[in-house]
Amino acid sequence: MMDAVDKKIIRAMQDEFPLVAEPYKEIAERIGVTELELLKRLQGYKENGQIRKMGAVLRHREVGFAANVLCAWEVPANRLAEIAAKMAESPAVSHCYDRNTMPDWPYNVYTMIHGHSREECEAIAAKLAAENQLTNRAMLFSVKEWKKTSMRYFTENVPLR
Amino acid sequence: MTPFDKQLLNILQTKLPISRRPFADLAKLLGTEENVVIERLQKLKEEGYLRRIGPFFNSDKLGYKGTLVAVKVKPGYMEQTAECINSYPGVTHNYEREGRYNLWFTLLTPDLLLQAAILAEVRALPGVEALISLVSNKKYKINVQFDLK
Repeated sequence: MMDAVDKKIIRAMQDEFPLVAEPYKEIAERIGVTELELLKRLQGYKENGQIRKMGAVLRHREVGFAANVLCAWEVPANRLAEIAAKMAESPAVSHCYDRNTMPDWPYNVYTMIHGHSREECEAIAAKLAAENQLTNRAMLFSVKEWKKTSMRYFTENVPLR
Repeated sequence: MTPFDKQLLNILQTKLPISRRPFADLAKLLGTEENVVIERLQKLKEEGYLRRIGPFFNSDKLGYKGTLVAVKVKPGYMEQTAECINSYPGVTHNYEREGRYNLWFTLLTPDLLLQAAILAEVRALPGVEALISLVSNKKYKINVQFDLK
């Protein structure tokens, strides 16, 4: 269970990470815990999987991956786990999830495919389709980004600073 | 970006140390000095290459419930519908896309009750013709990581 200190730490770690010699010390001082306590708890979150990774996320357009597509696949239920795991291995695929279907929406696997152009994304999807004998997919190219932010956990009942 | 920057970013994407002097540890790995790492990172951040540094949390393990929502928006209603959806803090991504369902957003909430309430509010917006909530059972890959060469 998360206690009040955990929630305070998680909230603080979602703010800007200080690019200074002792960043954790600065964060610890800000929230009123010792640096050691902060380091210990963060290590714990990492060990039990609450922290998926510690690191940086790059802006992909700036680093040269200009195009991406959310590709939704209709995969036979008995091959779902096998095919999803195989698609996840592709270096061009950054995210691969299964999802429930709806009466008018038969797609049960979703992959985010990255490439340098729309054509490259289409070629990667065609290759994944051929490799896995899949005939039905929806290529959900984005038209406009209306919002893209990082989640702020445990801020629901906290007054805005 | 210099070859050093690429090397630094490739490591930093997954291996920010949890230690008293994380940038000194990285510098050791790269065969350079702490202040060089800090200065380069400040520069890369200014130039817009870095979206965020820090921990990336597993929403499931923090007890949050997530879903991907596909919405059919009526012609002429896109902007007002998108802006309404954006106003929920649990909506982190909201994209207009090609296809029958033309607006797609992700929603994270502390519980399913709040999720249901938000979906009902969105469904009731004047521009919304249909809405489906697509919940994942298993995440096979979550990896916003790029190999810079």
